[in-house]
Amino acid sequence: MEYINVIFQEVYKVLFLLIPVLVSVAMIVWLDRRVWAFVQKRQGPNVVGPFGLLQSLADALKYIFKEIIIPASSNKVIFIIAPIITMTLALIAWAVIPFNENQVLSNINVGILYIFAVSSLGVYGIIMGGWASNSKYPFLGAIRSAAQMVSYEVSIGIIIINVLLCVGSLNLNDIVLAQQKLWFIIPLFPMFIIFFISALAETNRPPFDLPEAEAELVAGYQTEYSGMMYAMFWLGEYANILLMCALGSILFLGGWLSPLDFYPFNLVPGAIWLILKILLLFILFALVKAIVPRYRYDQLMRLGWKIFLPLSLTYVVLTASYLFYFNLLPTI
Amino acid sequence: MMAHSIFFYFFSIIAVISAIMVTASKNTVHSVFFLILDFISISCLFIMIGAEFLGMIMLIVYVGAVAVLFLFVVMMLNVAQQKNQWFSSKSSSSHIPIGLIISAIIFFELIIVVGGWKYKPDLIDPSNMTLNNNISNTHSLGQVLYTDYIHIFQMSGMILLISMIGAIVLTYRQREGIKKQSYIKQISRERSEGVEVLKVESNKGVKIDD
Repeated sequence: MEYINVIFQEVYKVLFLLIPVLVSVAMIVWLDRRVWAFVQKRQGPNVVGPFGLLQSLADALKYIFKEIIIPASSNKVIFIIAPIITMTLALIAWAVIPFNENQVLSNINVGILYIFAVSSLGVYGIIMGGWASNSKYPFLGAIRSAAQMVSYEVSIGIIIINVLLCVGSLNLNDIVLAQQKLWFIIPLFPMFIIFFISALAETNRPPFDLPEAEAELVAGYQTEYSGMMYAMFWLGEYANILLMCALGSILFLGGWLSPLDFYPFNLVPGAIWLILKILLLFILFALVKAIVPRYRYDQLMRLGWKIFLPLSLTYVVLTASYLFYFNLLPTI
Repeated sequence: MMAHSIFFYFFSIIAVISAIMVTASKNTVHSVFFLILDFISISCLFIMIGAEFLGMIMLIVYVGAVAVLFLFVVMMLNVAQQKNQWFSSKSSSSHIPIGLIISAIIFFELIIVVGGWKYKPDLIDPSNMTLNNNISNTHSLGQVLYTDYIHIFQMSGMILLISMIGAIVLTYRQREGIKKQSYIKQISRERSEGVEVLKVESNKGVKIDD
């Protein structure tokens, strides 16, 4: 009986986290298209509901009622598993994101490693989808994305090391609490820029959306997908983008901490600050999508391996020697 | 403890079955996917015994990087189409003795390791180690790695570096006569080098190639 109670409590907590995340993914798609449109002096989706807010809902309904087509020569099991994996991995990472000091689903010691591991697993959904489609365009897209995600993970990992040097703990709560005096964006500003660009590449956003470059690869790994399975890829992708924004705001923008630590701002709950920071980063993502043209593939690889990797490694040495020289290294 | 043992058997059964399927499945890409499943369930087992750092590093390094490269190679070499029936085809049956010898050697090594645990328990007696329960797994690993075993740690890093350099040297080749884009050249181009004002006579045209 006791077990069942515990299980039910956990299920409630999970639902209380998952449903807002899914709804906000739908809203964020609308926001993305809206920002994109405003930059290009268009209106964007503004017909369904007030300001077009229900556009994503309408899109989702359309996807649900469309027929799922499974290519005859595809590897059917893997073809069906791929979007499920993308979606699941994009959602399970939210388990460790702290929305306030105690508002976190599971406060594990290695939270940042968990997020890093889950985001590095994200490449499998794409590779499996591309391979199982048994078609040229998806396969090329999958290979491109595998190389791209593996390369940019390296620099993201080293940027995380920079932050961890200043914190001395892998727990996300501790990382946020270490920024009470100074957000890490100020001492680690170059790292924040590199993290932002690497996050764009990691989530296959423009200008690094080569895995799904329309002009060359139709829709990349998603070419053979239709109906609900395509929608799951799409939702997973946007949930991943939101997750990267959340990670960026936790690592560099002080997570749930309020930017001004005095009277009226203290009263605002931490979750709202975190959501505002995520939105700020997401609007930056959307602006980049609207402004910057797509990279060429060799330029992308050059940026990852020849520029970001040496720069972030150098910054690790700089941060470590600064902390060591001024005796600021965190104690256990 | 009930739930603990249920989870333990769940993950270990998945690990064993997927390890068998790695060798038994006919499609090479499926083998790699089973290998990934094996890695994931083993990292779950690591987390269950409290080695959360090792479990996560296992996920990041093996599943996130090594297995991706495996998959990459298997897909690129197009071995997926070959039917992997080593037990029935005649051409590859000559590999069976070598495989048997290697697996026998690995089996004996495993027996020696397990025998060491069984008959010399003071070698791995945990009470010899000073474990502090107040600090996290990661901290205690770091405290051991960077103090007692620093030389071994540095040496393994050196070996990895050398193997990385070796792999790069082996695969690097410079081909002649290939156009390369030089960013510095492109950025530092001036108007005076690129633009030339010519006096064009009518009905003559200009030669721009030379």
